[in-house]
Amino acid sequence: MTMVPLKIVAACLAVGLSALSGPVRAQVFNPETFTLKNGMQVVVIANHRVPVISHMVYYKVGSADEVAGKTGLAHMLEHMMFKGTKTVPAGAFSQLVASNGGRDNAFTTADYTAFYQNVAADKLDLVMKLEADRMTNLSLKDQDFQPERQVVLEERRMRIENEPEALLEEQIEAALFLNSPYHHPVIGWRNEIEKYTLSDIVDFHRRWYAPNNAVLLVSGDITAARLKPLAEKYYGVIPSRPVPLRQRTEEPPPVAARTVDMRDPDVHQPNWERLYLAPSYHSGETKYAYPLQVLAEILGGGTTSRLYKTLVVDQKIAVSAAAGYDPGSIGLSSFSFEASPRSGVSVENLQAAMVAEIQSVATQGVRAEEVDQAKSRLQTAIVYAKDSYASGARVLGAALCTGESVADVEAWPERIAAVTPDLVNEAARQILRDERAVTGRLLPSDPNDATTKAVTSEPAPRLPAGLSGRELR
Amino acid sequence: MTFRPLLCALVLCTLPVWPAAAMTVERVSSPGGIEAWLVQDHANPIIAVEFGFKGGAAVDPSDKSGLAEMVSGLLDEGAGDLDSQAFHGKLEDLAISFGFSASQDAFQGHLKTITANRQTAFDLLRLALTKPRFDADAVDRVRGQIHAILAEELQSPDVIARRAFARKMYPNHPYGSPINGTPESVDAITVADLNAWVAGHLGRDTLTISVVGDISPADLGLLLDQTFGALPAHAAPVDVADIAPAADGKIDVVHRAIPQSIVLFGEQGLKRDDPDWYVAYVMNYILGGGGFSSRLMTEVRVKRGLAYGVSSYLLPRDHSALFGGQVATRNDRVKDSLQVIKEEWRRMAEDGVTPKELADAKTYLNGSFPLQLESTAAIAGLVQVIQTEKLGIDYLDRRKALIDKVTLADVKRVARRLLDVDHLSFVVLGDPQGLSAE
Repeated sequence: MTMVPLKIVAACLAVGLSALSGPVRAQVFNPETFTLKNGMQVVVIANHRVPVISHMVYYKVGSADEVAGKTGLAHMLEHMMFKGTKTVPAGAFSQLVASNGGRDNAFTTADYTAFYQNVAADKLDLVMKLEADRMTNLSLKDQDFQPERQVVLEERRMRIENEPEALLEEQIEAALFLNSPYHHPVIGWRNEIEKYTLSDIVDFHRRWYAPNNAVLLVSGDITAARLKPLAEKYYGVIPSRPVPLRQRTEEPPPVAARTVDMRDPDVHQPNWERLYLAPSYHSGETKYAYPLQVLAEILGGGTTSRLYKTLVVDQKIAVSAAAGYDPGSIGLSSFSFEASPRSGVSVENLQAAMVAEIQSVATQGVRAEEVDQAKSRLQTAIVYAKDSYASGARVLGAALCTGESVADVEAWPERIAAVTPDLVNEAARQILRDERAVTGRLLPSDPNDATTKAVTSEPAPRLPAGLSGRELR
Repeated sequence: MTFRPLLCALVLCTLPVWPAAAMTVERVSSPGGIEAWLVQDHANPIIAVEFGFKGGAAVDPSDKSGLAEMVSGLLDEGAGDLDSQAFHGKLEDLAISFGFSASQDAFQGHLKTITANRQTAFDLLRLALTKPRFDADAVDRVRGQIHAILAEELQSPDVIARRAFARKMYPNHPYGSPINGTPESVDAITVADLNAWVAGHLGRDTLTISVVGDISPADLGLLLDQTFGALPAHAAPVDVADIAPAADGKIDVVHRAIPQSIVLFGEQGLKRDDPDWYVAYVMNYILGGGGFSSRLMTEVRVKRGLAYGVSSYLLPRDHSALFGGQVATRNDRVKDSLQVIKEEWRRMAEDGVTPKELADAKTYLNGSFPLQLESTAAIAGLVQVIQTEKLGIDYLDRRKALIDKVTLADVKRVARRLLDVDHLSFVVLGDPQGLSAE
C-alpha cells in the first residue's frame, strides 16, 4: 500500500469495512441462533482461543429513526444509557464493568445503536444483568443530562467542526439524501442538540428500547447451550411491547448532478470525491447489491485496482484513488469514489481523469477476467473472518439491524460467486449516472495557495470514525 | 457515552499489558541461529509475524529526515524480478497482508498470511528485505505521496498540536521532529540513500521476531533461515542522545481559528525498566489512563461536561521518558479544563489514591489483560512488545504479581516523584479565551 495520505487511509478503512469485515467475513461465522419468548433475537458465535467474551446488545433504532427537529437524539440517548437506573447510579455501569476487569462502550449509526462489554467469560452474568437493567429501568436526572449535552457538543466540535473535511462530508451526505433521514448526521445538527430536553430522551428510550426490538450477540468463549438459560433469566423476563414501524422515507428519483465545494484557508491537500445514490441490500434495485461489491473491488480494491493503477501509477496525477460500496443499510446507500491530487495537479484535471474512468466502466464495462479476479480476492480473505473474537458479532449485529438475516450473511460467498460480468456491467450502467451523483471538493481558500510548508513533529494516526460521520461512539 | 481513546496507538505500544497464561510463548531457534518467539495456535489457518530492527527515524541524517519512513513505504514497491504492480498483485491475489513502518526508535515489519500461502508470503518478505528495487517511478510515486501526507497534516489540528508539543518537549533533538521529514528533506533523499539505509540498518544483531498461529517450530525454523538468513550480521550503531522533556511549567498557545482548543501536556516520566514502572502504571490508570473511570474523566467530562475525552499516559522511549496527557475543550472554557487538570495533578501528588481505587485498578489491569488478544496479529504484536521491552519470556506468568504488589504507599511516593504541577507544561492549539501564555 505504500504511503497513502491519512484521509485516504480513512476512506480505505471504510471501504474495508464493507468489503472485508462486513459481509466478506461472513461465511465462516457459523453462528447459533435462537429467539426468546418476548421476541428478542439471540446470536452466539464461539471462539475459544482466550477465556473472554464480547457481550453486545444491538437496538434496531438509529439516527434515521429520529423525528424532525430532534436530530442526534439516538446518539444522545446512547450517552445517557450510562447515566443510571433505579438501582445502578449514574456512571456506575462502566465503573462496575471496569472493576471487574472488563471494557465497555457503545456506538450509534443511522440504523442501529449498539452497546457492548468485553469481559472474562466468568463475568458474563454480571454484564447481562447490567445491560438488561438499563433496557427497562433507566432513571435519568437533569443534573446528569446537562453536562452530558455539553460532552456531546464537545464531541461534535472534535469530530466535525474542527475539521474541514468532516464538515464537507456532512454537507455531501445532506446533498445526496434529499428526503431520506440519512440526510442528517448521526450526531445531529448543533442547533438541535442544544435544544432537546430530558423528556425527549426518556420518550425515545421508552419508544424503542424493547426486547423485541433488540438483538443479543455473544461471541468468544461461550456456547448457545450455556447462554440460553442466562438469556432467559435476564432478558427473557422483560415484556415485549409494540414498537413503531421503522420508516425510511423514499428518495425522489434523482434529476440533477450536484457539486459541493468546501473552501477553507487551512486546506493544503485538496481532495475530490463523488457519491452515487445506490441500492442497499434492502432498498432500491437490490439485485445490484452483490455486483456493485465486485465492481468496487475491480475499481478500487487496493493498489492494483483500475483507479490506482491508472491515476496513481500510470498517469501520475493522483497520490490516491479509490472506490467503495457498503450495501448494509435499510434505506438507499451510495457508491463512492475518492481521489487526491499530486502536488501541482489541479482538482479539475483530477476530476476529469476520474470521470473518464467512471464513464469508461459505465459504457464499456469490465472484462470477465477482472470479475473472476475480484471475486477470488474477496473470497480468499474470508479465512481471516473467524480470527477475531469480537468482529463476527459486529458484522451480524449490523446485518440483523438493517433487514438482513443470518442466512443472508452466511450466503455471502455464494452470492458473490454468482455475480456475472453482465450483472456488473448492468449495475455500473444503471448506477453510475450523472443525475445520481454528488461531487464533493475540498479546496484551499485561495486557489493559488497550493504551496506546502513543513512544520515539525510526529504525526498521529487519525481514526476513521471521525470522518465518516456514520458511526459514532 | 463513549469515548474515543485519542492516543490508542500510543497507549497500546507503551502500556504492555499481558494476560493470564492462557497460551505458551516458546523460543524457536533456526538451524542457522535466528531466534523467534512463537505462540502456536492451530484453530485457524492463519500465521501472523511481527518483527523489528533497532534504529528508526531518530537516526535519520538531519538533512534527510524522513529516510527510514520513506524506506518503509518502498520495501513493498517491487523487489527481485517483481515490479511494484507484480509484487502487489501477488499480495492481493493471495490475501497476504504485508507492510513496514518506522518509529523514532525502531523499524518494524508485519506479515499475515493464510497457511496455504505461507511459502510465497515469506519469499516475498525475503525479497522485500534483501532485494528491494527502488525503481525510479516507484520512488517518485512514494515521494509524491509523502508530500501529500505532509500537506494534509497541515490541515489536521490534532497533528499540528502534536508537532508543536513534540517541538517544545524535545528541542534540538530528533524526537522533536516528525518521522516523515519535511518537503525539502524528502526531496533530498536519493536512491543511493535508500540502498545504503537498507544495507546498514537491517542487521540480524538487532532483529526480533514474533510469530503467532498455524505453524510448527520446525517449519518456522526453516522459514526463518530462508527469510532473514541473508541479512547482514550487524546493523550500524544507533547513536541518539538522551534527553529529558523540556518541561518548563508554561502554557504555550498556538493560534488557530477553530472552535475547540486541543491541549497536550506533559513532564518527565519514567523508563520502562524503571523499578517504579508498575507503580506508575497503576497510578496513571487511576489518574487518567482508565477510560471512563479515571479521575480526569470524572472531573473534566462527567461532572463538568468540559470535554469528550481527557487522558494521561506514560510514554517511555529509548532515549527519553514522558508523562503526558491531552484534552480538547471549547475555546471559552479550555482554561477551566486546565485548572481542573492541574488540581488533579496536585491532589494525586499530595494525597495518593484510596484503597478502593487501588483495588479496582488492580482488578481492572489484571482482568482486562486477555481482552486485547483479539486476533492472531494482535497477539503477535504483544509478544513483540514483550521481546523488545525485554520483559522476559515468562512475563505472562509474572505480570499479575508485579501489579498486585503495588501498595498505597508506593503510589503516594511515585506520584510525588512524577507529578510536579510546577513543571507540567502545556501546548494549546486553538483560539483559547482567558488563557495567555504564562
